[in-house]
Amino acid sequence: MAGLKQGVIDTYSWLERRLGLGEFAAESALHPVPPKTASWWYVFGSAATVLLILQVMTGILLALVYTPTAGQAWTSLQFLNHNVTLGWFLRAMHGWGSDFMIAIVLIHMVQVFLFGAYKFPRELTWMVGVVLLLLTLGMAFTGQIMRFDQDAYWGLGIGASIMSRIPGIGAPLVHIMLGGPIIGGPTLSRFFALHVFVIPGILLAAVGVHVWMVLRLGVNDWPMPGRVVRKSTYEQEYHELVKTAGTPFVPDGVWKDAVFAAIIMLSVMFCALYFGPFGPTGQPDPTIIQTAPKPDFFFLWIYAVLAFLPPELETPLLMIAPPIIIGIMLLLPLFAGEGEKHWSKRPVAILMLLVIAVTLGAFEKLALFTPWSPVMDAWSGAAIPPRYLHELAPIERQGAVVFQNKQCRNCHEVGGAGGQRGPALDAVATRMTEDQMVRQVLQGGGNMPAYGNTLSPDETTALVDFLKTLRENNDPARDAAGRLSKMPATALHHF
Amino acid sequence: MAHDEPTEVHTPEEHVLMAKLVNRSRRNFLFKMSVLLNGAVGVVLAVPILGFLFGPVKNDLPTGHWIGLGPLEQFPAGETRLVTFRTPATTPWDGETGDIPCWVRRISATQFQVFAINCAHLGCPVRWFEESKLFMCPCHGGVYYQDGSRASGPPERGLFEYEYKTAANTLSINVHGLPTLATRASLKTPKNPLIQIQGGSNGCCGSTPNPGELSATLSEKQGSASWPA
Repeated sequence: MAGLKQGVIDTYSWLERRLGLGEFAAESALHPVPPKTASWWYVFGSAATVLLILQVMTGILLALVYTPTAGQAWTSLQFLNHNVTLGWFLRAMHGWGSDFMIAIVLIHMVQVFLFGAYKFPRELTWMVGVVLLLLTLGMAFTGQIMRFDQDAYWGLGIGASIMSRIPGIGAPLVHIMLGGPIIGGPTLSRFFALHVFVIPGILLAAVGVHVWMVLRLGVNDWPMPGRVVRKSTYEQEYHELVKTAGTPFVPDGVWKDAVFAAIIMLSVMFCALYFGPFGPTGQPDPTIIQTAPKPDFFFLWIYAVLAFLPPELETPLLMIAPPIIIGIMLLLPLFAGEGEKHWSKRPVAILMLLVIAVTLGAFEKLALFTPWSPVMDAWSGAAIPPRYLHELAPIERQGAVVFQNKQCRNCHEVGGAGGQRGPALDAVATRMTEDQMVRQVLQGGGNMPAYGNTLSPDETTALVDFLKTLRENNDPARDAAGRLSKMPATALHHF
Repeated sequence: MAHDEPTEVHTPEEHVLMAKLVNRSRRNFLFKMSVLLNGAVGVVLAVPILGFLFGPVKNDLPTGHWIGLGPLEQFPAGETRLVTFRTPATTPWDGETGDIPCWVRRISATQFQVFAINCAHLGCPVRWFEESKLFMCPCHGGVYYQDGSRASGPPERGLFEYEYKTAANTLSINVHGLPTLATRASLKTPKNPLIQIQGGSNGCCGSTPNPGELSATLSEKQGSASWPA
């Protein structure tokens, strides 16, 4: 037994003499962290790293089966789901691991922002962190392409369409992105290369730099109101703090990292087991046009924003906004590198965070039910509620038929069913007079197509007669001239 | 680096020695030359790498690549139909992604319009609604009239159109890659712009065209909604 122990020690000494990493590792493990930072608030960075390792492992395993060709990728995913032992579970872990990783990276970023950890001397750590966020999102987008289904196919089309708006070099950029004139085999191959070689390579290297700087500069001290960061004094104060009151990272802090990472791993496994893998949805066949492509969860807000940009402003905003947003995120520590770290002394920072969170949340929510999209089958699938048809004259009922057949329902709700692109019409007659309705239907406008070419005069009359009945027992709309003309002739003398 | 150079500099004597070493012009020259040499190799190496990387820029379909969509009887006048063709840009491993759909509208015996499936906003597949004579996009609600001109929603222009010809009782189109807004830069005004007020063919009130659609049609056509010849 003693001989075995001696053998292990000898082997370690032999390796250590040549590698010289043991001393560095011990130093890193035992380095003192500031008081109170061995905290549950400080576990997100390590959890993100553990998730990255999970993604690399499950990704390599999936690559054993996955076939990155446009003709076979979708089939190989079905094969993974149904024919390979535990293939569905590995796919599910990779998919859920991706969602968890983005969520944890975002939480980590919010925590770092709230704790003022990006301030001097950790500015570059924050900047590399912003790059890591972008790389993580890049992995998520290219990963969605790997799931080569309808959403992936049309998602590439959306990406190419955005790319094409870049002035001057749009067309060549689209070809470089797609690897040719169409979305096809070369497109999937290059996104595969990005997803498994290029982005992970940069990501791992950037994580190395990020962690190196955390070790070199020390864990951010617990923010205290009134403890102001000044470039001239901070480093000395920090070293004083960890020297006098610091605790060693191992074991005081690391056990919380380990427990949280374990909880996250179990959560990923639970979600994978319970919810299963993501798709693939329909085959990447562009001739199947009965589809409503949508991006994955963390890109939904962009999808929503794209629905609301005015046509004239869309290209300029698409070109200008992302560089500005990324630029502000990158340069934040250079403008706010000093000062208070505690959130109670940084009202503007808290307000900014809340505004961003509410904005993103609102767009995410909107993208979940896409009120801007026509409901393609509402005209044939959603009937007009019978109470709207009671006691109607034949021409009004005929108008209801026109209303359905001309697909008005695809954009207009009646009785709570139908599209939300235009206003609900349950009480349209209280807002618009007959003349206004005729004009609106025939000429369109206000984001409504003109139906002058598709409605006969008879159909128009019937349709508007039906619409006039939609007023929920309120008085119909009247215009001033109409009221005048219906007044007794004697009353007119008073004007 | 030469092995006789000191790796650490502490004393003034070593400073002097270091200065002498640096000043030895031959080694200095060789070091600089090695840097230059590798710089030159890097430039040479960049040629094939960048050439390969940017190869797809030129890799478009040659213009004048005509694909038959089928005999004319398949397209009754006054109707708009979904047609699929195999793009000549395909690779053997493209699978079903090489099948490209398009909307064919036959206006009269000799007049057609062939629209790309992709919405001019962000490229999603537009669907044709025969009853309301509209194309609708499922993604962000772009809507187009039957002649492809923009009706409402976020698109800033009408549907992309393929150039077509009819010969030997077959409808053919001039095929290009994925249509995007960037291709607009290369679009020319078609020789015979299709300016028309839709009338008898769809059995509706052709005698009273609405000004909105007329002007939209005009501007879209003059803006050129057709592929380059």
